[in-house]
Amino acid sequence: MVSGLHKSFGRTHALNGLDLTVGTGEVHGFLGPNGSGKSTTIRVLLGLLKADAGSARLLGGDPWNDATTLHRRLAYVPGDVTLWPNLSGGEVIDLLGRLRGGLNKTRRAELLERFDLDPRKKGRAYSKGNRQKVGLVAALASDVELLILDEPTSGLDPLMEEVFRECIQEEKRRGRTVLLSSHILAEVELLCDRVSIIRSGQTVETGTLAELRHLSRTSITAELATPITDLPDVHDLHVDGTRVRFQVDADHLDAVLKHLSHAGVRGLVSQPPTLEELFKRHYEVAARS
Amino acid sequence: MTGTWHLIRLILRRDRVLLPLWVIILCALPASYAASYAELFPNDAAREQYALTTAATPSFESLLGPLFGNSVGALTAQRVGTVYAILALISLLTVIRHTRTEEDAGRRELIAATVIGRHAALSAALIVTAAANLLLALLIAVTLISSGLEAGGSLLLGLSMAVVGIVFAGVGALTAQLTENAGPARGLAIIVLGVAFLIRAAGDPADSWVSWLSPLAWGQQSEPFAADKWWVLLLPLALFVVLAGAAYRISVGRDVGAGVLPARLGPATSTTLASPFALAWRLQRGLLIGWSVGMGVAGLALGGTASAVMDAFADNPDMADIMTRLGGTASLADAFVSGLLGILAIAVSAYGIQAALRMRAEETALRAEPVLATSTGRVPWALSHVVFAVLGPAVALLALGVTLGISYGASMNDVGGQLPRVIGAALVQLPAVAVLTGLTVALFGLLPRLSALAWGALGAFLLLGQIGAVLQLDQIVLDVSPFTHTPHLPGGTLSATPVLTLSALALLLILAGLYGFRRRDVG
Repeated sequence: MVSGLHKSFGRTHALNGLDLTVGTGEVHGFLGPNGSGKSTTIRVLLGLLKADAGSARLLGGDPWNDATTLHRRLAYVPGDVTLWPNLSGGEVIDLLGRLRGGLNKTRRAELLERFDLDPRKKGRAYSKGNRQKVGLVAALASDVELLILDEPTSGLDPLMEEVFRECIQEEKRRGRTVLLSSHILAEVELLCDRVSIIRSGQTVETGTLAELRHLSRTSITAELATPITDLPDVHDLHVDGTRVRFQVDADHLDAVLKHLSHAGVRGLVSQPPTLEELFKRHYEVAARS
Repeated sequence: MTGTWHLIRLILRRDRVLLPLWVIILCALPASYAASYAELFPNDAAREQYALTTAATPSFESLLGPLFGNSVGALTAQRVGTVYAILALISLLTVIRHTRTEEDAGRRELIAATVIGRHAALSAALIVTAAANLLLALLIAVTLISSGLEAGGSLLLGLSMAVVGIVFAGVGALTAQLTENAGPARGLAIIVLGVAFLIRAAGDPADSWVSWLSPLAWGQQSEPFAADKWWVLLLPLALFVVLAGAAYRISVGRDVGAGVLPARLGPATSTTLASPFALAWRLQRGLLIGWSVGMGVAGLALGGTASAVMDAFADNPDMADIMTRLGGTASLADAFVSGLLGILAIAVSAYGIQAALRMRAEETALRAEPVLATSTGRVPWALSHVVFAVLGPAVALLALGVTLGISYGASMNDVGGQLPRVIGAALVQLPAVAVLTGLTVALFGLLPRLSALAWGALGAFLLLGQIGAVLQLDQIVLDVSPFTHTPHLPGGTLSATPVLTLSALALLLILAGLYGFRRRDVG
């Protein structure tokens, strides 16, 4: 979809050779700390921004030159939906749907019901969460191949997040492609087939969740027969007499365990890798740099 | 009332530019009117003549208010009639801005959760607005006294303006409690102001008691520099106490964020909103209707004054000379209409700029993004607004031409003859107006961050047109303004070259803007 994308705003380099590939029919999680370039990438894909370098292809077309024809086949929900103060929610849904080329009326009614949204309220009267719902209903009720969602659940309550997840799972079953930018890990774990993590405008990890789990570290606490002072290839090693606590990458797990059994293992607790730790690790590096 | 002082400081901090700005501008107006009257009508006979003309011109009294006496002070007290309305508007907007707007934006909650009393927000807004009005009254009195007017009348005139401002601060306070959102609160308060203005405008020419029904009239009914009826000022103060009292009662009895009047609901579906143009119509129609009606009313009111003003100025060669230079034709009445159209064309350009800047507002508010993420192309989206920015001013100019033509023609007993002349003269302003629209579109497309520079250009052209002619500046400097090239109609000769050149320039600027917008980043 995207390779080697560059985009600068004045002196800020928002994108630094970003790569992103989303396969047809998959739900792709797009993760990264605030300011890492997620929204900029999405805007390039929508043809709102022009990339300085690199190439981007969307649904077999060029997002900049073929914008209007491509937009018939996709729907977009921004992270902060702003509405016209004097237009009702229902009017906005119909407007965006028509401008996209059509709206499924039954689906519109069903979604309004499920999201518990009053379409008669004026734009200025909606709360943040309800504005977000207007954007979601407008996108989900459109018959499109691709959904581009930029932190779409910000401001939604947990019940509505649940409705959103159900809706995305239905879309997946219908064979639609979804690019989901999100910070909510539970959402990503539940919905996404593959994820890409970006940092400072570059892709740092990409793959299926299983592959990413493999990349993350296992936490181990062991009670040993004889004290040891050093273990090769481990992280955050804490030694307290015969007790050791550390984290280890999947690649080195076997070697480290052999090392431990030399010292004689009396007790062992191992915690499986969590995605959260993987994300935190990437986010923290971003925060430090 | 706990915390009121903190909120007052917050308001003063937020309005540290706006508040001094309007106080200074408004305090300068009465003194400048007094100075120009003293110069134009230096003796009793001239002023008496002016007073008689005024009394014979109902639309003049409708617009400005009644004239009591014929001293320079009395003429000034009449001339500031529109300033009362402006002050009332500013006062009600200030109060709503610091009460309902804050609540609407959710910022009030942040404040309400701290050690702040229930009355504090409303009190702070009213105190600041009232204090600004009183400060203005004092400054007006000082500037009028220092320009040589009698002290008592000067102070009364200043205070009469302040109390009218304060009454409408009370109106704003009440409507801010009634509705759930700031927009309808503003609308409701402005309707009250509009009705008050119409009642005064209807009553004043007839010297009728009807005027006394309008709080807006009470200021001038205190007759500064004539009978000096100080007691009249008690009326607005009493009304303010009633309005503020009602606002406090509602404010205490309701939840934060709630209103008394239910928020109006809109339609649940839409069959008409199906194109970028339909959306632009929804976003632009308020401006279009407002400006067309405004220009229509202005034309009606000003056309009636034309012949009367001409009589008044006929004996004043200096003024006649200035008018002829402004209008550029020999016939004084035609020169007046032509000069009037020149000034109003600049006002209509403000509409053109405003309508074109809607695009920028849509973009920065991130409302353009979801629309451009549909199959709507950039050029159709921009064009749907540009159409209004070009044709909207044309409609407003047409409305102006029709009403001005009718009322001017009626005062000359020649509607059939004058109407087509004046309509033509109004429409010939369009190319210059469109150049300003084009400039705005070009800035939006090529230098979006500098879009607001269009206002600067308009201000510069306004100065060139008004002061440049009087100062007899070099023609090359005057030629910078598109309005310099507009043929002086009615009365002058209509030459095709400037009209076509200006139209071509406007078209070129619009095309440049669209070209730039197609190629640049959005957002």
